[in-house]
Amino acid sequence: MRPLNLSDFLYLLNGFKWTVGLSLAALVAGGTLAAVLVALRLFRSRALDTVLYGYVSLFQGTPLLGQLLFFYFGLSILGFDINPFLAATIALSLYTAAFLSEIWRGAVDSVQHHQWEASESLGLGRMATLVYVVLPQAMRSATPPTVGFLVQLIKDSSLASVLGFVELTRAAQLINNSTFRSFTVFATIALLYFALCYPLALLSQRLERRLSH
Amino acid sequence: MTIVVAKDVRKAFGGHEVLKCISFSVEPGERVVILGRSGSGKSTLLRCLNGLERISGGALTVAGVDLAKPSPDLRALRRNVGIVFQSFNLFPHLTVEKNVTLALLKVLKRPADEATRVAADVLAQVGLADKLHAYPSQLSGGQQQRVAIARSLALAPSLMLFDEITSALDPELIGEVVGVLERLARTNMTMVIVTHQLGFARSIASRIVFMHQGAIVEDGPSAEIMNTPRTPELKSFLSAVLT
Repeated sequence: MRPLNLSDFLYLLNGFKWTVGLSLAALVAGGTLAAVLVALRLFRSRALDTVLYGYVSLFQGTPLLGQLLFFYFGLSILGFDINPFLAATIALSLYTAAFLSEIWRGAVDSVQHHQWEASESLGLGRMATLVYVVLPQAMRSATPPTVGFLVQLIKDSSLASVLGFVELTRAAQLINNSTFRSFTVFATIALLYFALCYPLALLSQRLERRLSH
Repeated sequence: MTIVVAKDVRKAFGGHEVLKCISFSVEPGERVVILGRSGSGKSTLLRCLNGLERISGGALTVAGVDLAKPSPDLRALRRNVGIVFQSFNLFPHLTVEKNVTLALLKVLKRPADEATRVAADVLAQVGLADKLHAYPSQLSGGQQQRVAIARSLALAPSLMLFDEITSALDPELIGEVVGVLERLARTNMTMVIVTHQLGFARSIASRIVFMHQGAIVEDGPSAEIMNTPRTPELKSFLSAVLT
């Protein structure tokens, strides 16, 4: 047992940086994929729908931890040279896309069919109707659950620690192994997670209140 | 030029035939009220007239656009034909003014200042010049319906369709919407109006078409249809609605 020093905290902050980075990467890649999936589902092709439904069900119906292990160990067995960050980013992005596409599709579906009819009978095409009439309304109802999911994603990124990827949780484990200051170390990372998630949770609550008017 | 020409129009949903051999026409300046019980096919007919429903057979030309073709020119149709719905269907995320200017800007590509001017003008016509910056949720049902009428009028259509536009309104709000239609009638606007409110039909119609079970049973000048119904279906409809 040795006392904690400044470099230990800097090490934790470095892990914090990777937690933020991993979450952001998953949000950007997963969000982009989710937007493409929602656009594809708007074409209403039966075959495509089945494939997308299978994808969403698979990623929503299996543990994220299992997905992380699959993309790291599974892909390296198949001969891909894959590092922990890449595997974690792929797994978290696919997981994010599955959830966000469902949230967003639900939001688009929740816009009444009458809105499409009213817009198209004013002469707007399908695309213009989507852009000017449907999406602005869908975005309002999608924002609170999207922010809520983002909070969950940040916390779930801690699972990437099992791949040996040094994000915040893994950094804490390593510091704890050499210092045995468990309480201080884990309380510190709890505060760091909280500092990241709580403002988002507040934002989500505020949005929800504002949109309910 | 005749605005609506329908010949033997049929419409079926699955195996269920909703419109059977509908033939009628509408001349410019006419105000045709389509009467009938619910389920008689009158709303479906109206929706066929602006391409919201595709016809299953027959010939239908509206404002010069052939709607019997496999892919009719709906853009051209909707430049000339406006529709107002029972449930208003305003865009809730846009102000009254933006509801009216959306199609002017995005479909007709009018400059912003001109669109704003048109919006102010049509909203004044329906008595809502002071509501430009209100959102639909801040308006009463009658006011929302008047905005919906203004939104259609802004595109200067040659034919206006009205689908049960007073049915979702509280009785005391119906008058203001009917008043707008009566003023519109004096501008010689061509209108096809679906309703089952006889008082409204009587005050606005130049001609009445009575539908029963998907077919046109009677068609003639307003007073004649109201005062001397020939068929038992229309007689029973009139007496049921009047009592």
